Amino acid sequence: MMVRVQEADFDVGAELAALRRDEPQIGALVLRRPRARCQRRRRGLRDDARTLPRDDRESACSDRRRSRQRWKLIDAMVIHRVGRLLPGDQIVLVAVAGAHRGEAFAACEFIMDYLKTRAPFWKREVTPQGARWVAARASDDQAAERWQGRSFRPC
Amino acid sequence: MLKILYFASVREQLGQGSEELPLPAGVVDVAGLLGFLAQRGGAWEHLAGSGTCAGGQSGNGRLDAPIGAEDDGDEVAFFPPVTGG
Repeated sequence: MMVRVQEADFDVGAELAALRRDEPQIGALVLRRPRARCQRRRRGLRDDARTLPRDDRESACSDRRRSRQRWKLIDAMVIHRVGRLLPGDQIVLVAVAGAHRGEAFAACEFIMDYLKTRAPFWKREVTPQGARWVAARASDDQAAERWQGRSFRPC
Repeated sequence: MLKILYFASVREQLGQGSEELPLPAGVVDVAGLLGFLAQRGGAWEHLAGSGTCAGGQSGNGRLDAPIGAEDDGDEVAFFPPVTGG
């Protein structure tokens, strides 16, 4: 199990190889890899995620523990980049290895929802017209609410 | 000593990222601290409406989270709704 907050880019293939190793019981490997988007037309938009690394790690760790308690997972990893990112850059890697795809998919979605609604990261867009902080979206909160009160097999 | 951290747009509006101060007299929870800070006027008056607070040892986002219970000081953070991922 691994959580990293870093400025550097990451190599998805190398990260997944480290996660997967040669464990024969892994039947499903699910990953999400969101990228920085250019949201309103093409005008050189940049995302600038800023954060307090120590708090991020604490939060991401408890996040990972929560998902371990809900689903029977073999392994999981979260990488969240911070610093200046250009449209198309990789921001996040969430990868979950489980025995079965249902649990792996659900755990991966859970972690993504957590990153969007609870983990202390903030996006700041920098455009030729100036910079602005990205507002939180109600749809992200609604997506996260689906996990409330759900119970799954413990590890 | 009480350490207060400000993040993202809150930090920008207040013009500072953190500060340390002796626990103000009469302040026992996050709501009390917000009232104390609001006395500074200007952007400080809007801090209460700007988002979330994470009280040091205990309650995340709770205005009644106690402050100053720890002998070696406490830590409180104020920040807007998160937008990571």
